[in-house]
Parts: sequence; structure tokens; C-alpha cells
Amino acid sequence: MTTTTTTGRAPAPRDTGGAVLEASGVTMRFGGLTAVRDVDLTVRAGEIVGLIGPNGAGKTTFFNCLTGLYIPTEGTVRYRGTVLPHRSHLVTQAGIARTFQNIRLFANMTVLENVLVGRHTRTSEGLFSALLRGPRFRKAERDSEDRAMELLDFTGLTDKRDHLARNLPYGEQRKLEIARALASEPGLLLLDEPTAGMTAVETTATRELVLAIREQGTAVLVIEHDMRFIFNLCDRVAVLVQGQKLIEGSPETVQMDDRVIAAYLGTPFEGEPGEAEAAEVRAAEAHSTGTDADQPEEGN
Amino acid sequence: MTTQGSHVTTTGKAATTKPHTPTAGPAPLPLGADPHTARRLGRGLTGAGAVLAFAGTMLPWTWTAEFPGDLTLALYPAGLQLLTLAASVLTAALLLASAGVRGLRWLTPGGKHSALLLMTLANLGVTWYTAGAIAVELGGIVNFEPGMWIGLAGTLVALVGALALPADLPPEPDGTRADGAWHRLRHALKAPPPGRSAPLPGWAEILLICAACALGLYVFAYGIEAEDGPPFIGFLVLAAFAFPALGKAGLPRRLSVLAARHRTATLGAAFVAALLFPLTQSNEAYTNIAVSVLIFATVALGLNMVVGLAGILDLGYVAFLGVGAYTAALVSGAETSSLGLHVPFWAAVLIGAAVALVFGLVIGFPSLRLHGDYLAIVTLGFGEIFRISVQNLDGDSGPNVTNGPNGIPNIPDLEILGFNFGEEHAFLGFELGRFANYYLLMLLFTAIVVTVFRRSDNSRIGRAWIAIREDETAARAMGVNAFRLKLMAFALGATLAGMAGTVLAHVEFSVTPESYKFVHTAPPNSAFLLIAVILGGMGTVSGPLIGAALLYLIPAKLQFMADYQLLLFGIALILLMRFRPEGLIADRRKQLEFHETGQLDVPLDPAAGTPGLPRLGKTEA
Repeated sequence: MTTTTTTGRAPAPRDTGGAVLEASGVTMRFGGLTAVRDVDLTVRAGEIVGLIGPNGAGKTTFFNCLTGLYIPTEGTVRYRGTVLPHRSHLVTQAGIARTFQNIRLFANMTVLENVLVGRHTRTSEGLFSALLRGPRFRKAERDSEDRAMELLDFTGLTDKRDHLARNLPYGEQRKLEIARALASEPGLLLLDEPTAGMTAVETTATRELVLAIREQGTAVLVIEHDMRFIFNLCDRVAVLVQGQKLIEGSPETVQMDDRVIAAYLGTPFEGEPGEAEAAEVRAAEAHSTGTDADQPEEGN
Repeated sequence: MTTQGSHVTTTGKAATTKPHTPTAGPAPLPLGADPHTARRLGRGLTGAGAVLAFAGTMLPWTWTAEFPGDLTLALYPAGLQLLTLAASVLTAALLLASAGVRGLRWLTPGGKHSALLLMTLANLGVTWYTAGAIAVELGGIVNFEPGMWIGLAGTLVALVGALALPADLPPEPDGTRADGAWHRLRHALKAPPPGRSAPLPGWAEILLICAACALGLYVFAYGIEAEDGPPFIGFLVLAAFAFPALGKAGLPRRLSVLAARHRTATLGAAFVAALLFPLTQSNEAYTNIAVSVLIFATVALGLNMVVGLAGILDLGYVAFLGVGAYTAALVSGAETSSLGLHVPFWAAVLIGAAVALVFGLVIGFPSLRLHGDYLAIVTLGFGEIFRISVQNLDGDSGPNVTNGPNGIPNIPDLEILGFNFGEEHAFLGFELGRFANYYLLMLLFTAIVVTVFRRSDNSRIGRAWIAIREDETAARAMGVNAFRLKLMAFALGATLAGMAGTVLAHVEFSVTPESYKFVHTAPPNSAFLLIAVILGGMGTVSGPLIGAALLYLIPAKLQFMADYQLLLFGIALILLMRFRPEGLIADRRKQLEFHETGQLDVPLDPAAGTPGLPRLGKTEA
């Protein structure tokens, strides 16, 4: 299922059956600055796709183009074959839910209420049914609450249902944001740095959670800086550098690619110390440390 | 404030069995070297002071009945003496409760000495204020009778005693704050939150709620009946200290837990209490104030839906009240009405609400695309446009629709099914005058608005409103059509205000454009409506009602300081924002937002959910 396409030139595969998301030629300009240039990306059903890149590469801008928060200057975004409107609530209605890089929960609502707001697009009770409180309204509220409780169960927040979102610890706020996004029953979930600021244990838990979400049939597109997390999790990884897609392919392919390493660590400049100079330095260090020279460290 | 966390789980009883090492009060007595002696001495002084003040009210305070309220009779406390009497009794009760007397302990589930200190301050405040007022009005302290002196001495002694009592909370760790007198006083006023109460039988809890409602009715009726000038100011002084005192004692928290458990019963009891109000009044002037308070409060509650739930800052809300009032005036058979229609009242209400709805949509559609300050300015502009348009539609500068500045006078009284609202009616031996009739009619509309507020709050739509208020971008990303929902809140608020306006037109006989300014010295106007919402507490039902009652009563009762009224409101609002930014009645959310107490918001009673928040899934039947 993995395809390796390089920048721009290769046309997006139009005929693939299970494509959930197809972004083609997405370009976003802010005045003179081009934040995202001609990016194509396809996510198929049941896939977990990673989007990586250095800070300022345009990953979040690209996300915002996908979810209707920004109107892309050029290009189209299709969800299951239909072009998405440029309104974020309609995008959610269509079936794409997202989380935010800096957590944006409804801080002064309870955990359960947060998830219930996520149910907004999947319920239809209007003002009048709320005022009249007929049996249908009560049934819909009960169903919504049951579904929300299932999601809290799924994310492990059941016993926090009546806490205000602002009082949750950081890791649980991240989980709640995912639960809230899942409440809209999305076909595609966009996660913007879900493990930022997390400990190794929490990161592992998040990985399990994302895999469980995939098990339930939701495709996932995830932005992340934690390389180990991305390469362990994703079926495919795309690299965005300075607004352009550098490479896309399996984790192994991307991991080995020189351009990716260069984008993250910088390219060798002219007159950079070569292997000979490096050996010289190593020898000098070994000499100066004296007794420790017998056990030269490896892989530094 | 981290110390509060440890008190959350301890019950009131456990807190007393685990006393911290007693420390000196904010102003320790010179004699009490031993803390226990000091405590006993403090209590003794407070008690003696309360008894003394009580005895004082049984004697005349002045020699002439010229001072408002007759304070010249022995063994017959009246007017301001009654307030001192009430404060003394409450001081004694709190003292006995804090000393752990059986049967009274329920009075102080939270703070003990802090509540007592505030209550002695209330007593001192009202008594010394009375003395000052007598001295000023009658010319000098020579007009005091012995009772006054006894009262002054008693309240002072009680305060000295209360100041010597140790604080409720253990002293903060050394070195955190300077040990000044001011700091010690502030520390003495801090109180632990009340612990979990032993559950009572259901009927007893409902009975308690009813008692609280009856007390509320009595206090409100007393405030309305209090004579202008000193008696009303004394009432305000007492209320300003006594309510915080009861708050420190933890009674309102206990009550809110009960109210959360019996929502329907609470609403019913409050409604019945409001229904009984006209029966307590014999004077038309007071029922006139009451119906105006009710209209003002209802409109404030409508605004609360727009501001408190959806977070739309609307500075021109009074225009919708005006739209409703003018529409009703035009179709209710007033001679000067340019339409010359006379439709039945129910139709007038529907037409008024519908026209206000249309205005709400027309104004909301362009302006709700703006945010924050810009939106506020635009709504302010539309509010003024309404008033100026009405002023100019007089036949000279435009078609004659509204009679311009003269307004539409002589709106006939309502007559529904042969019941004429303008006439007096006897009911169970009580005479219900014109304003009492309208009061009862308006109460129906208030009940409608309360129902609409509560039901929309706790629903899919209400949650979406709150989500928009919290974070509009996130709400949109969750699929909430923010613009549509904001328009819905705006239009719904406009409709409710228009509905209230149709009653207002009949109560006031006439409508004039000058009543619907942005700011004016008397309510209703947009600024006062917003102040009522903020003062009372955004997002709550009872908050705007209480805020509106205060905002209406104070100007109505203190006519003599009308020139400084806006200045005083400004100062009061600044103080409130400094010390209680969540408003008098705190929404649970707001309280947590403004006060970082460090304690996690763990619901006290799992069965009741988070106090102040609706328990989802357990909506009322």
C-alpha cells in the first residue's frame, strides 16, 4: 500500500478505492509568504499516516486547510470523493475531526459536557425540542450521554466525568480532546502533536489509543515531532519542509532518506571536518582522558 | 489557600475535633495570655454585647417621632431598632453555634468565628449608622436617649469580643506574609467550606427550601416597604454584612446543595413565594415598585441568555424591550396609536414578540459576524438607532408611526375574560390593586423566561452556546455552526425582551423613546441591564433576578442622592469586580474560573453532581 512520491510532480492517485482524504495541490499564501506549496496527500481507510517536518514547515497550516479553518489559496480537499466546503463545522459534519496543537478544550465545562459538544453534528435536537422536552428529546439526550460515556470509557476518563476540563492533568486533557473529536464519529481523525509534552509512559498509552482508534475503522493523520512515536505507529509518513512535501513513503524509506536528515539536522557545509579530522579529534580526546582510553565509547 | 483542600473531606464535626493550636484573634485582648482564657473572654464579651444591644432596642433611642420610624417607645422596637434587634439575635445564635451548643450547630457548618465577626460588624454598622443618622437629622447627639447609648456600647463590646476570637483557619506558615493588623483581620475573615451534611429525609429538605424561600420573600418585602432614606440604608448596611456572615457560616452552600437535589421543588417554592408577595403589600406604591422590579429582572434574565450563555456582549438590549412595548402600544387600542388597532392581549404579546424577533434577526445578521469589542460597539449603535428612529417617526422628519418624543400615551388597561387589570379586586380577603394584578401577570412571563433559560441551558443548543463562549474556534471545529447558534441566542433574547415589553407598555400606561436609552439614571436601560447580569452573576437564573432587584430598589429608595447615583454604582461595580468578580450568585463555572483555590473540583455529593451545574441525564421529569 505504500507509495513513494516526491515533491509535486507525481499526480495524486485518483482511482484508489479506499481513499478517505485526498488533498491535491493545496497551497496557502499569507500575503507574500507561501506557508504551504502545492502539497498532495492521500489517506486511505484504515491507515495511520504521519506528517513530520521541522518547526515552521507548515504542518499545522496544512491541517487548518484540511479542516476548513483556512481557505486554501489553491487546491482542493476531497473527503470520500466529495470536495470539502471551507467551513470548519461542515468539515466536521462531513466526517473529519481534529485536535489542536495547544489544547483547546472548553475549559469551564465538565468532561462529559465537552464530549457531548462533540456529538453536536450527530444529533439534531433544536431549540424547540429542548424547550418542550418531549420523549424524543429525552431519548436523544440519553443516547448522546450513553455514547459519550462509551467514549470516556474508551479513553479511560469515566471517573472524571463531572470534573471541569480545566482541572484535568495535562495528559488527560489530551485524551479528552481526542474523546471529544471521536464523539463526532469521524471517518478521519487529525491529531496535531498528540504527545507533545508527554512522558514516555504517556506516549506509549497514546500510541495504544491511536491504534485502538484505527481498529474501530477510523483513519488517522497525525502531526508529531517524536520520531520514535511516528515511525512505530504510522503506515506511511510524509515529510513537509518549508511548505513543500519532500518525500512520502514507509517509515523505513523516510528514516533512511538523506534529505530528511538534512532537513532536520542541516546539510554539511563546505570545509566541514571530514572523516580524517574527526579521527584526529577522537584520538586527541582518547589521549587526554588517559586511563579511560582503554574503553573507547561507541556510537557517540 | 492550599489549606482549604484538607478541609474538603472533613465534615464539620471532624473539623471541631481536630482543632489547630488556638492563636490570638486579629485584635487580642490584653488580659488573655492563655489562649483558652482569651477565647472564653472573647465569647463572653460578644455575648454580653449582643445582649446589651438587644436590651438597647427595648428602650427609646430618641425623643421625637420626627426621625423616620418611631424610635421613641419603650419595649416596642420599630424601624431601625428592628434591624439591630435582628442582628443581635443572629449574633447570639452564631455565638452559641460556634460554642458548639447542641441544636444550633447546623447554623455554622463552615466558618464559625469569621461568621460571628462579620455579624458583629453588621450589628455595629446598622446601629452606629442609625446613631449617625439621628445626630445629623435632628442636630447633635443630644437627641440620643439611653437606649441608643446602650446599643452603641453593646455593639462595640460585641465587636471587641469577636475580634479577640481566634481565626477559623490555622495560621499560614511563617514567613509567607507580613504580620500586620490588616493581614490578621483578613485571615480572621477566611472560613473553611462546609463539609458534607448528613442527609435529611426528603420532606425535611424540601421544608428547609420552603423556609429559605419564605425568608427571602420576607427580606425582599421588608426592603421594599422600608421607608426612603435612613431605614432603607440601614437595611442595606445590615444586608451587606449579614449575608456574607451567613455565607462564611456556609449556609448558602448547604442550601445550594439542597436546591440542586430538589430543583423542581426549589423552583416551585420560589414561584409560590413570589406569588404570595402582593398579599403582603397594602400600599400601591410598593406593588408598583415590585412589578417594575419584576419586568426589569425578567429582561435581565433574557439578556443573561445572550451574555451569560452565548457570550455575546449586547449593549443595546433595551431596544428589544422598546420594540415590544411600542408594538403592544400600537395594537392595543390607544387613541394616539397610528394604527388604531385593538387586538386582544394574547395577540398583542405574540405580535410584540414576533416583531422583536424580526428586529433581533435583522440586527443580529450583520453584527454577529463581528467579535468582542466590535460587536459590543455595533449593538450599542443599533440600540441608539432604535431610540432615535422612534423619536423621529413623528410625521415631520418621517412617517408618523410613533408620535415622536411624545410617545403613545393612554394605553388602556388590560381586560382578560372580563377581569379588568385596572381595578381593585378582592381575593381571599386581600385587596389586589392595579399593580398587584399586573405583578401577577408579569410573574407568568417571568416563569416562562426562567423555564426557557433553564431548559435551553441544559440541552444540545445550550451546550453549544457555552462552547462558543468558551472557545469559538474549537466549537466550530467540533461541528457547531457558531454564527447560526449565536443568531439563535440573539433572536431568542430579543423575543423574550419583546414579550416583557408588551406588559411594560400596559403597566406604564404610555411608551416614550426616552425610556430606552443606553444609560440613564433609572432602570431599565441597556447599561443597567448589563450591570444587573454582571452584579448578580452571569449564567445563573437567580443572579440577574437578585441583581435587578437591587439595582431597581436602590435608586427608587434613595431618591435624595439621585445626582450621585451613577458615581456610586460605578464605585460599587469596581469594588465588586475586585472582590467578587463572579457576581453575587456564583455560577460554579465562574467561581472556579476566577478563584484558583488549588482544590480540584471534586463533586461534593456524587448523587447531586457538581453543585450549580445540571446533572446530565437526570433532567427533571
